[in-house]
Amino acid sequence: MSSRENILAAVKANQFSQADLPCLEVLSTLTATNDNLVEKYKTIGSAGGSFIYEVADYAAIQNILHKEFKPSVKIISGIKEMNEYTYVADVKHELSHSFADVELCILWSGLGVAENGALWLTEEDMTVRVLPFIAQHLAVVISKTNLVPTMAQAYEKIGNATYGYGAFISGPSKTADIEQSLVIGAHGPRSLSVFILP
Amino acid sequence: MSSNATKDHPQLAAIFNRDEPRVDWHDETLWWVRAKRDIAAHKLPEWELLRETASQIKNNVLSNLSTYLEQFEANAINNGIIVHWAATAEEHNKIIYTLLEKRGISRMVKSKSMLTEECHLNEYLLKQGIDVIDSDLGERIVQLAGEPPSHIVLPCIHKKKEEIGDIFHEHLGSAKGESDPKILTETARQHLREVFLTRRAALTGVNFAIAETGEFVICTNEGNADMGAHLAEIHIASMGIEKIIPERKHLGVFLRLLTRSATGQPITTYSSHFSKPQDGKEIHIVIVDNGRSIQLGREDFRNSLKCIRCGACMNTCPVYRKSGGHSYHTAVAGPIGSILAPNLDMEKYADLPFASTLCGSCSNVCPVKIDIHDQLYKWRQVIVKAGYTPKAKTLAMKGMAFTLSSPMIYRAAGKMGRFTFKYAPFAVNNGANPWYKHREMPKAPEQSFGEWYAKRKENKK
Ligand code: SF4
Repeated sequence: MSSRENILAAVKANQFSQADLPCLEVLSTLTATNDNLVEKYKTIGSAGGSFIYEVADYAAIQNILHKEFKPSVKIISGIKEMNEYTYVADVKHELSHSFADVELCILWSGLGVAENGALWLTEEDMTVRVLPFIAQHLAVVISKTNLVPTMAQAYEKIGNATYGYGAFISGPSKTADIEQSLVIGAHGPRSLSVFILP
Repeated sequence: MSSNATKDHPQLAAIFNRDEPRVDWHDETLWWVRAKRDIAAHKLPEWELLRETASQIKNNVLSNLSTYLEQFEANAINNGIIVHWAATAEEHNKIIYTLLEKRGISRMVKSKSMLTEECHLNEYLLKQGIDVIDSDLGERIVQLAGEPPSHIVLPCIHKKKEEIGDIFHEHLGSAKGESDPKILTETARQHLREVFLTRRAALTGVNFAIAETGEFVICTNEGNADMGAHLAEIHIASMGIEKIIPERKHLGVFLRLLTRSATGQPITTYSSHFSKPQDGKEIHIVIVDNGRSIQLGREDFRNSLKCIRCGACMNTCPVYRKSGGHSYHTAVAGPIGSILAPNLDMEKYADLPFASTLCGSCSNVCPVKIDIHDQLYKWRQVIVKAGYTPKAKTLAMKGMAFTLSSPMIYRAAGKMGRFTFKYAPFAVNNGANPWYKHREMPKAPEQSFGEWYAKRKENKK
C-alpha cells in the first residue's frame, strides 16, 4: 500500500463517532453591529501601525502621495484612475524579481475588516503576487461601503469566490522577535497607508 | 529511562535555572504576552462562544478526517497543486529532498514550520548537501546560534538582544556591540532580501487547509512566507493531517482566535490563502501523518490534535516560563508539546507530562478548548503503568512508599525530617533531594500531628 492509503486507512480506523458541525449563524448575527465601521477601522488599523486617511477622491490621494514620495522613485499602481504611475498590467509579464526596487505600490481592495484592520486583496487586485510584499511601501485604496464588522462577515462576502491567491493584509510588515520589541519593516513593506474613499 | 536517553526535563530546567535573573526575565516576558492575550480576549464579548465553536468544528474534523483529507486532496489537485503523502518524518524529508534534487536545487529558503522541526528536516537536508535558510527572524536567529526554537510562536524568546547582537556581528557583519532591535532587524532584512531573491525553492508550513476549496492558509507578521513563496519557482508546503478545516467560512472563527491567543494582536499582518500556483510555477503540498493517526485513536489524547499552535498554553504555564522551552527537548515545547511528544516516543518523553503543576491555566486559555491539564494527568498514569516513570520521580516515590509502609519509620522519618529542616535546610534544598526540584519544600511545623495528638491526650488525662 502507498503511504496515502496507509494514512487514510489508519485515520479511518481511528476516527471516532460522528460529531456535527456547529452553526455559525449566531456568531455572524451577534457581531453584525451598527457601529461606525470607519471609526472602528481607523482606531484598530492605526493601532496596528497603518496610516489611515479618509479622502474625498483620487485627487486627494495623489496630493498626499506627492508629499510622501519623490516623483523619481519607482511607483506601481494597480488602480486605473491613478494613471501618473506605471500601471501594473503593463509590467505583469516581467519577472517577479524585477520589482525589488519598487518604492511604492498602490492597490485596490474590495473588502476591509473593522475588527482587525485587515484588507482583503486577491491575485486579481495585485496582478503580480509578490508586489504588496516586495515594495518598500504599500498603499491600499478602499471604499467605506466595503467595510464589514468582523471576519465572520468578511468570509460571508468572499463566499465561494475563486482566486489563485488572496491575502488579508492588516498593516506594515513587522516583527517582535528581538526581546519582544516591536519593529516595523521586517521583510515586506515598511509602511501601509490606507485611503478610505466615500 | 533508557541508557540512550539524554537529559530529562528536571535536569535541563536546572541548567536554565542557573541564571536566575534570566529566569525572572523569561517568566515576566511571557506573562506580559499572556496578559496581552487576556486584554484581546476580553474585548470580544463573544470570545467564549468563539472558543466553543472552534472546538466543535475541530471535533467534526477529527470525526471525519479521512473524508476531509480526500476532499482536500481532490480539490487541491483540481487547483493545480501537487499533493504528496508522508507516513513518517523520514518519508517527508525524502519527498522534499527528491523535489529539490530533481531540479538541481541546492539552496532553499524556509518560513516557519514546526512540522519540519519535528521531522528534523534542516539537519537531514544539510547532510544531503542542501543549504536551508530560515526566514522568520526569530528562527534565523536560533538557526545562526545552532539551536532549535524554544517556543512555537516566539522562537528566540530565551535570547537577550545583546546575545543576538553578538550572533549578528559574527554572521551578518553588524557592528560589534550593536544590540538595538531596530538596527538588528534592518540587518536581517537586508540579508534575507538577498536570500529571497536568489532561492529557487521555498518551503512553508500550513496553518489551515480547507477541504471545501483545496486552498491553504499561512499566517505571518513578517511577510517572509510570501516573499519566499512568490519569488521561488517551486513552493513546497508541509502540513500535518490535523491542519484540515471543513469550509472556508470556518477561517472566520479560527483567524479571530489564533493571534488574539498568541500575542494579543487582532490578526496577523498577513493571512495568505494559496489556492493555485502562479503561472509557470509549482505548488507542492506534503501531507504528513508521523504518529498523528495513532494519537487520533487514543481517545484520551485525540483532542490534542485540535491544537492550532497559538502558544498560549506555553505563555501561561508556570513551569514553561521558569524552565525555558529547551528543557522540553522536543520540537513543540510546553503543555501541548508534553502531550504530543509521548505519542511519538513514550520512553524518550516520559518526563514531559510530569513537567506541569496541573494548575489548569493552559486549558483555560486554549482557544480550541483542549483539556490540556487533564490529558497531562492521564499521560502520567499511562506512562507509570507502562513502566516509564522518570527516574527522579521513581526514587522519590519509592522513598515515600517505604516510609508510609511502616508507622515506626514514618514517625522517625518525620522527626528527622523536622530536625533537618530546622537546622540544616541546605541538606534538603539541594539537588540530592529529588522532591525539592519539583516543589517548594514546606516549612517544618514545630510539632508533628502525632506529637500534638499524643500531648493533647496527655493533657486531657
Ligand atoms: S494547545 Fe491550545 S493553547 Fe496550546 S498551542 Fe495549541 S491551541 Fe494554543
